[in-house]
Amino acid sequence: MIQLLFIFFAALAVGSAINVLIQKHVLYSALSLILMLTAMSVLFILLRADFLAVINVIVYAGAIMVLFTFVIMLLNLPADEDGADRLRWLKFIGIPLGLFLLFLIAVTLWNVEPLRTAQTPMVGSPQAIGKSLFNDYLLPFEATSLLILIALVGAVVFAKKDL
Amino acid sequence: MIEYLTSRNFIILIIKIVVIFGGVMNVVGLLSWVERKMMARVQMRPGPTRVGPFGLLQPFADLLKFVFKEDVIPTNANTLLYIAAPIVSLVPAFLSFAVVPFGPELQVTDLSVGLLFIFAVTSLGVYGIALGGWASNSKYPLMGAMRSAAQMISYELSLTLSVVGVLMIANTLSLRELVISQQGTWLSVIPRWNIFLQPVAFVVYVISGTAETNRLPFDLAESEQELVAGWHTEYSSMKFLMFMMAEYANMIAVSSVATVLFLGGWNGPMFGPPLLQMILPTVWFVIKVGAFIFFYVLLRSTIPRFRYDQLMKFGWKVLLPLSLANIVVTSFIVAIS
Repeated sequence: MIQLLFIFFAALAVGSAINVLIQKHVLYSALSLILMLTAMSVLFILLRADFLAVINVIVYAGAIMVLFTFVIMLLNLPADEDGADRLRWLKFIGIPLGLFLLFLIAVTLWNVEPLRTAQTPMVGSPQAIGKSLFNDYLLPFEATSLLILIALVGAVVFAKKDL
Repeated sequence: MIEYLTSRNFIILIIKIVVIFGGVMNVVGLLSWVERKMMARVQMRPGPTRVGPFGLLQPFADLLKFVFKEDVIPTNANTLLYIAAPIVSLVPAFLSFAVVPFGPELQVTDLSVGLLFIFAVTSLGVYGIALGGWASNSKYPLMGAMRSAAQMISYELSLTLSVVGVLMIANTLSLRELVISQQGTWLSVIPRWNIFLQPVAFVVYVISGTAETNRLPFDLAESEQELVAGWHTEYSSMKFLMFMMAEYANMIAVSSVATVLFLGGWNGPMFGPPLLQMILPTVWFVIKVGAFIFFYVLLRSTIPRFRYDQLMKFGWKVLLPLSLANIVVTSFIVAIS
């Protein structure tokens, strides 16, 4: 049962991720991205990381992607017909970079210990994540929040040139 | 979450799903009658009276009308998204009932992150409105969808932040444990409900909840006077019905969460024989949710609509600072005690 679910949602995630790239219309790409994020959340649930799964939907699918679709709808862009021409030279960089990514994934998969998540079911609970965020990863966590604050201030400065 | 799929109690689970889903479906139908009747009474009209006693069968008549009407898809609409939009708005609305505890036993699943699950699912509901407005390819629906998307993002923030204080007091995210944490009384008179500990959070939650469900003081997405019917102007027949059902289901969901968080969920005085004691918690829960829904309907029939800039200012400059201040004060008190 769980394996069937995994295969279905993994295929859905990969399929919609590919669909993001090949769609001509921006809005369809954005919607495929939302589908990919929700499918990924199901994969998180299968790994017993409930909290991550739910937060993934709230933050990415529910907030950030709403803004994306909002902007796309507001601009009402036509389907991108000749966009491929501008990016022709990227193909030559894309192939080696893609191979490098595949290599990285292979190395990571090689080093993963199998069934590690099944033995520690509480790793994905809000308490566990909170504890590790505020103990083991306090500095990266605070640094990230500072980064977000800087980005926020920057956005306000851009929006209002004469404050 | 995955334990539920492999559990032996699969049949009990299915029965619970059927009972809760069927119950909510029927209450959604009944709500349309309640709303029309109550609004009519407030405005000194009789409301629906023709179909059945007190017009009680009016929802069935409406349903038949919706089912047999012609389903129009505008020529220049984006057919795929136009059809998908009502489904996208209806499914999340009903999904949130998977974790709502209607009674000690009457709950489909009790997730450890139940409250966040509801927020996650309801945050997806905005796509139904946004896509419906955009796919109609017409100016009023598009404007309604734009307003709705901006409004829902703004108010979701204060909605989510307002409950943080309650979570800090109860120290859990599971809806069942939240209800259990509110059992008992103070001085054997006042029930230990969170509304007395978190009055500011309660007010912020109820206001943001009204905005999240696009109900009247905040129904800028629909506003009949300017936008015909807003994002569902082009919709007819079953698709329109699905949008309406999603709105009522969202209303029940927001009221249920408010009941669980602030009004003690199914807690209430217990008396009588064992059989009655089995039903009583659900009765208390339904009464509390019903009170919220009455409040929403009264709000709709008495208060005029906000202007759009007022709506945005109110959300960002009043509700958001209020809920942030509530978090700061509550965390101080929780840390001290």
